[in-house]
Amino acid sequence: MRCVRGGREVFSGLDFDAASGEALAVTGANGSGKTSLLRLVAGLLVATGGSIDLEGGAAELTLPEQAHYLGHRDALKPALSVLENLSFWCDFLGGEVEAAGRCLEAVALDHATQLPAAYLSAGQRRRLSIARLLTVRRPVWLLDEPTSALDAAGQQLFAGLMRDHLARGGIIVAATHAPLGIEARELRMGGDA
Amino acid sequence: MTALAALIRRDIKIALRVGGGALIGVLFFLTVVVLMPFAVGPDLALLTRLGPAILWLGALLASLLTLDRLFMADHEDGSLDLIVMSRTPLELTCAAKALAHWLAAGLPLVVATPVLGLLLNLDATSTAAVALTLLAGTPALTFTGMIGAALAVTLHRGGLLLAVLVLPLSIPVLIFGVAASQAAITGPLSFGTPFSILCALSLVSFVIGPFAAAASLRHGLD
Repeated sequence: MRCVRGGREVFSGLDFDAASGEALAVTGANGSGKTSLLRLVAGLLVATGGSIDLEGGAAELTLPEQAHYLGHRDALKPALSVLENLSFWCDFLGGEVEAAGRCLEAVALDHATQLPAAYLSAGQRRRLSIARLLTVRRPVWLLDEPTSALDAAGQQLFAGLMRDHLARGGIIVAATHAPLGIEARELRMGGDA
Repeated sequence: MTALAALIRRDIKIALRVGGGALIGVLFFLTVVVLMPFAVGPDLALLTRLGPAILWLGALLASLLTLDRLFMADHEDGSLDLIVMSRTPLELTCAAKALAHWLAAGLPLVVATPVLGLLLNLDATSTAAVALTLLAGTPALTFTGMIGAALAVTLHRGGLLLAVLVLPLSIPVLIFGVAASQAAITGPLSFGTPFSILCALSLVSFVIGPFAAAASLRHGLD
């Protein structure tokens, strides 16, 4: 695969795969194209060359429609409460509304459901975005620096959630500097990649 | 459908909360129209003649004022990425967002018109005529303005660009909106002709707006 952004080549000649139940940790220096790669897979950037295929997914859906994307930005509205933020994504992504409360419990935010998202700390915002991954089951998780701002307990909790996802046959592609806390194959960007 | 309903509910809720911006448009509208009699002077006949034009200009500028937030807020916090990725067709999502924006920012302008008509010496029938043309015409302003908002979304400080892009597109709406109001007040033309064209402009914008905005969002994100 090849990616050009703003007339500058970010990477080329990249070839990788991830099987069901496997996690792929994308590593590399700052600016080596980790985020670009994730956004390519998510369909938010257009690949200059190459292609991405999902085998065995729902045939009538595209890959981005079967993926969760957790980016740098949290996609939270400061004016809405924690529960309202999550319920919206739950509805919008096609999940059941009752799921929202359960997902908040899973990330240990159920004590703050009525709090406006503006008052959350960076780690709590991250936890809330992670809860979004749980509202609807999607086979592919695309995570961009998922553990940034999380405390040790949060990282452990998230590692558990990722393990559950993999155990159900999911795929994780995560761009990261820190260890994820789960078994993951490494895809190194930059250099000769 | 639940996805679109959820989006509309969320956007209206955000607009109505503190800092949401739904009231900013109405306040601006109020300010422009209230200042006008002071600038023009106490000539009641002149005010009556200018009334519809003033109300329409105020509404046009007020709707422009809030339009740049339509996609910008979602772009800044990353929601737009998820919306583009989602299973709901982007055209429908754009239409839903424009509808929510109009309900929160456009409809209050129509509601405020009867009060402001008093300041411009318009009688009940004239005020009703202006309110009716605004009801038919402001959706066209929102839906054509959405194209500009989608184009400006990836540019920081796109606010001024938005005005430059959108104002030429809204001139036909302004012409026929004011023409229909004038026709209802002074004649001699019939109210029906310009009003039908105004409605047609709105209908055309419902079709073109979402498609153009969706296309520009798909290509503009980076």
